[in-house]
Amino acid sequence: MHMADALLSPAVGAGVWAATAAIIASCSLRLKGELDDRKVPLMGVLGAFVFAAQMINFTIPATGSSGHLGGGLLLAILLGPHAAFLTIASVLVVQALFFADGGILALGCNIMNLGFFPAFVAYPLIYRKIAGPGSEPVRLSLAAILAAVFGLQLGALAVVLQTTASGISALPFSSFLLLMQPIHLAIGIGEGLVTAAVVAFVHKARPEILQAGPLASPRPGLPFSRLLLSFGLAALFLGGVVSWFASEQPDGLEWAIARVTGGEALAGQADGLHGVLAGVQERLSFLPDYSFAGRQAGEAAGEAALGASLSGGVGAMLSLLLVGLLGLILRRRTQAV
Amino acid sequence: MRSIEGAVIEFKQLDLLANGNTALHRLDARAKVLATLFFILAVVSFDRYALAPLFPFFLYPVVLASAGNLPLRFIAARIGVVIPFAVLVGLFNPLFDRGILLQLGPFPISGGMVSFASIIVRAVLTVGAAVCLLGLTGFVAVCQALERLGAPRAFTVQLLFLYRYIFVLAEEASRVSRARTLRSFGRQGLGLASFGPLVGHLLVRTWLRAERIHMAMLARGFRGEFHTRQVSRFGGLELAYLLIWSALFLLLRFAAPGQWLGGFLLEFFP
Repeated sequence: MHMADALLSPAVGAGVWAATAAIIASCSLRLKGELDDRKVPLMGVLGAFVFAAQMINFTIPATGSSGHLGGGLLLAILLGPHAAFLTIASVLVVQALFFADGGILALGCNIMNLGFFPAFVAYPLIYRKIAGPGSEPVRLSLAAILAAVFGLQLGALAVVLQTTASGISALPFSSFLLLMQPIHLAIGIGEGLVTAAVVAFVHKARPEILQAGPLASPRPGLPFSRLLLSFGLAALFLGGVVSWFASEQPDGLEWAIARVTGGEALAGQADGLHGVLAGVQERLSFLPDYSFAGRQAGEAAGEAALGASLSGGVGAMLSLLLVGLLGLILRRRTQAV
Repeated sequence: MRSIEGAVIEFKQLDLLANGNTALHRLDARAKVLATLFFILAVVSFDRYALAPLFPFFLYPVVLASAGNLPLRFIAARIGVVIPFAVLVGLFNPLFDRGILLQLGPFPISGGMVSFASIIVRAVLTVGAAVCLLGLTGFVAVCQALERLGAPRAFTVQLLFLYRYIFVLAEEASRVSRARTLRSFGRQGLGLASFGPLVGHLLVRTWLRAERIHMAMLARGFRGEFHTRQVSRFGGLELAYLLIWSALFLLLRFAAPGQWLGGFLLEFFP
């Protein structure tokens, strides 16, 4: 479910980053206002706990595969939404830097998808509504499963939206959606069951820990969190729409041909090609047309295309070679010092 | 699936790299963080069919790894772990995007194949840059750089706590997990029934430990921030580093020097 840098356009990446940074700032501000100074160390240690717990697998009944805890909802139940969001964010920072899960630009999207939805949507709007402070295990499990499923569905939807808006992957929106949502339905049910199991245990063993959560954020569902919610969704929408326009405008095969070779050599001849290419979508009927058009438009177009791609390819290889050479020299020097 | 012990060892290896003492290691972390950010922005700003113009960008990770004396094999292994994910996501491009972009002799190259290759190259570049950043800077310095660049203190302080206790808790989790595996036979006993209490216990222990840690820190005068021995500053060297890299990224992004190089070469050696 982690987004990767390689699939993001800068507009989407930076847009979601800005929204995420704003939420981190407001959460931090809110924590600072709280008198309970145990919370910051507790958040850090619980973040490390989630990290460690993610490494412990359990077998999934009837499938033969194994899964692990995600932890977003669990943190929200233990710490309340604001602290949980910061903690999830820091877990993702460590994952991005150490395990290269996602990437630095994609970090904004990942924090939004995996942190915002469980902490600010699923927890306050579903879990808290169903499971009160002293509710019995069945009710608690139901709440956890529903909240986890809902949070993960929203997160998966956001991944699809961000990927489609970026326009790097060719996967059509609907196919990607059909791929992501059912998988995350299953993952969500698993996450909900695991979260419920852990919460039920803690409830039995140390009920005072669970009571610390609601106590630490005494005003659940206050207008501020709603403001934050609408702001985050607006930013998401804005990021998506803005980048949609940004990526729609220069979309065309002629442009693509120029770009694949890294030069503008084809700009002039592309119109005729484009006309032919645009009409035919399927590969089978497409090939003869291509060669036909190539002959019709004259040798110049074909030669230019070949020349441009050749010099582009040769240039790429050459630059790699030069870079490698430079690296070798630098390494020699560094080791000599 | 990686074992817990393996993950912890990898973690420590990456952390140890940051103890090096090359010119790049000594640079203020803010310069390195910003340069890496610009690098990633430049790389991902190409459109989906860009392939050849991406290659000159290998300059950045290669220079960092070489001048910073980072072991290449280690970095390659870290990148290799992530590539399968990029392949998985990019795999759909050749299936859905079948329009022919160019004809290489008898082989038609479709747009999807080109964008697939582009996704892989992007993944290698961005992951490589991130690994180099961490290997040259270290996590603690990256956090401090973030704070000095304006990240809220509550966030960075708990990030440092998290980092400090990952090693402790991961080792504990690995012991717990090994004990469970030893007591279970095949797949029996690894299900949810044992997982809940297992992780629940770990959670309760963690919670109590956090409270003890906090009291101990308060007793030693902790007031909500960490102090460091080294004070680095953003001087002329850092400014020059940042400016030179940014200028280079702009040049590579907009001037496509690879194309010139190739054209030049073909002209002289047809």
